[in-house]
Order: sequence, then structure tokens, then C-alpha cells
Amino acid sequence: MAIGLLGRKVGMTQLFDDSGNVVPVTVIEAGPCHVLQVRTKDRDGYEAVQVGFGDMPRRLAARSVRGHVAKLDSKRSKARAKSGGEPLSKAGCEPQRFIREFRGAADGVEVGQTLDVTQFAEVKRVDIVGTTKGRGTAGVMVRHNFHGQRATHGVKKVHRHAGSIGQSQFPGHVPKGRRMAGRYGNERSTMRNIMVVGVDAEKNLLLVRGAVPGPRGGYVMIKETNKL
Amino acid sequence: MSQQILNLVEQKSLKGEVPTFNIGDTVDVHTRILEGEKERIQIFNGVVIARAGSGTRETFTVRRIVAGEGVERKFPLHSPKIAKIEVKRSGIVRRAKLYFLRDRVGKAVRLRERRGDVVEKS
Repeated sequence: MAIGLLGRKVGMTQLFDDSGNVVPVTVIEAGPCHVLQVRTKDRDGYEAVQVGFGDMPRRLAARSVRGHVAKLDSKRSKARAKSGGEPLSKAGCEPQRFIREFRGAADGVEVGQTLDVTQFAEVKRVDIVGTTKGRGTAGVMVRHNFHGQRATHGVKKVHRHAGSIGQSQFPGHVPKGRRMAGRYGNERSTMRNIMVVGVDAEKNLLLVRGAVPGPRGGYVMIKETNKL
Repeated sequence: MSQQILNLVEQKSLKGEVPTFNIGDTVDVHTRILEGEKERIQIFNGVVIARAGSGTRETFTVRRIVAGEGVERKFPLHSPKIAKIEVKRSGIVRRAKLYFLRDRVGKAVRLRERRGDVVEKS
């Protein structure tokens, strides 16, 4: 199974499939991604592959970020060398804007290796993780799809309100988890089992059917689905 | 940059050669219809009253009167299901959307015909 990939949502469009039907498509600029670190059971307590996407200018990257991707002399590395510890292997790439870990065994993937969309060429369906568009403080109708109240029949100034939020003296409080207005969006969201429509290895593009969470330009994680 | 990538992706779904027709033209739209195994061509004849969208999303609307009732059909311009668009007559119109035709009945529906122009047969 492929490791997975990070990418950037480019936007949506529509294409025609072989039988001439319209297919809504999201275009994702996926990879190439650098493998920055491999988490192992003995060292980190779990297995995962850390992957970075999108170069960041070195002048904007903190020293720790630069040191994470390339060899940088530091007190710590000197101390490590002195005590006989072998130097950590680094990817040797530019600082990365978007870094995430994919859980699971490394499968022979090594630090410094680059991953690209060709791993999805044979894959039929993927899971995509993104951050939904932030909507700020949203009312109950937008946030929870409440119906609001009537336009007439004596309803005053509460047309978009929720209505009752509980009983009276018994139980005397509002139940926990009662859905109300508040911050909406800007949270992690996973779309499962999305069909892969096409892969453009040359331009590093992945086309998937339907929508993907987040705004255009938003970062996403893509992995082969385990849902069947 | 993003738009350029999207245009590039759409490129494959676009028809290389888009039949030329204008708003106000009376056209025959040849559509491919799959009936079981057999493919059949159906013709929808009417006046082009609107064109909208761009890229693969470009559509055009054809209006005709069937049994005294107005019927409009919207076609995706680049759809492979559209085999051919034949211009039968060109009307003289001064606007891009002929929605005013919806309010007209009978003889008033007719558009003045453009004469002397070379009507391209596709």
C-alpha cells in the first residue's frame, strides 16, 4: 500500500467521461513530497512516515525548521557526535511549508526520498483530509441546519433562532452538547472513499471526483482508502 | 496559476473544433442516444436563445415550440454526446440572451432572418 501524499487544492472543474457524462472534478496539486523522517517503534514508540510538501524560502524558516530538513551544526548535534551517537539522517531539501505524518510501517521508504502522484496511478479510491473553510461565528441554521422559526404567526425577531433549549426547573440546566450558535468551520475533516478520476504525473496533478474540504489553495493529505 | 492548471485539465475534455453558431440561429442539434446496445441520433431543432459559461462548462440553450408548448433544452457545448450542430437559419438579434421569446406566442416568436450571409454548414 502506498504511503500517501500531501497536496494543495487547486480548484474544481468538470470533465466528460468515456460515456459522455459530466464528472465534477477537484484538481489537487499532489507532491512531489520529501520524506523528512521515519518514525520507528523503538525510537518513537510508533511507526509512521513524516512527509513535507511545498518549499519555503530559507529566510522565512526558523533555524529549527531548517535543521529539521538539512544538516545544520548545532550544540545538540555536536553533543550527540561527542557521545558517539550516529548523526540523524536528514532529507537535505528546502524547508517545507506543510508537514504531516502518515501512520504505518515505512515499507522501505527512506529519509530523503521523494514521493509523487504515480503511486496513485493504480489506486481507485482515496481518503482526503483537509481543513474546512472557516465560517466564524455562525448561527444555528448555518451551523446545524436547524429550520429556524416561522416568518409570521406572531414570531418576533427570532426567525433564525433555535427555539427551546431545554425544560424547566427539572432538570434546571441546559443539557451538555445542546447544539447552539458558535464557531463553525476551520476544522479537520476527512472525505472517505473518493474516486480517483485521473493522474497527471508530469504536472503532479491528481483529479478526484467531487468536492474536497477546504478553500482553493488549502493543504490536503491524500491516502489510499481502507474503506471498501 | 491555479486557473492555468484548471484550463490545462479541461483541455482534454474540450472539443477541438467547436461548431460556429450564433444567438438567434435556428439549429439542428444531433445528440447521440444509447438505447441498450444501439446508438441512435436524435435531432432537436430550435432557436438558440442563450450561451453561458466557459471552458468545459459552456452550455447553450435551444428553444422550440412543441404542440403549442415552449420546450427548452440546455446542452453542454463540449459534450461528446452532441454529434453535430447544424445551422438552418440565422436570425437578426441585438442581444445575447433571447429570454424575451418566452413571453411571445405564435407569429411573434419569429425572428428576422439574416439574408445574404454565408451560412456555414457543418
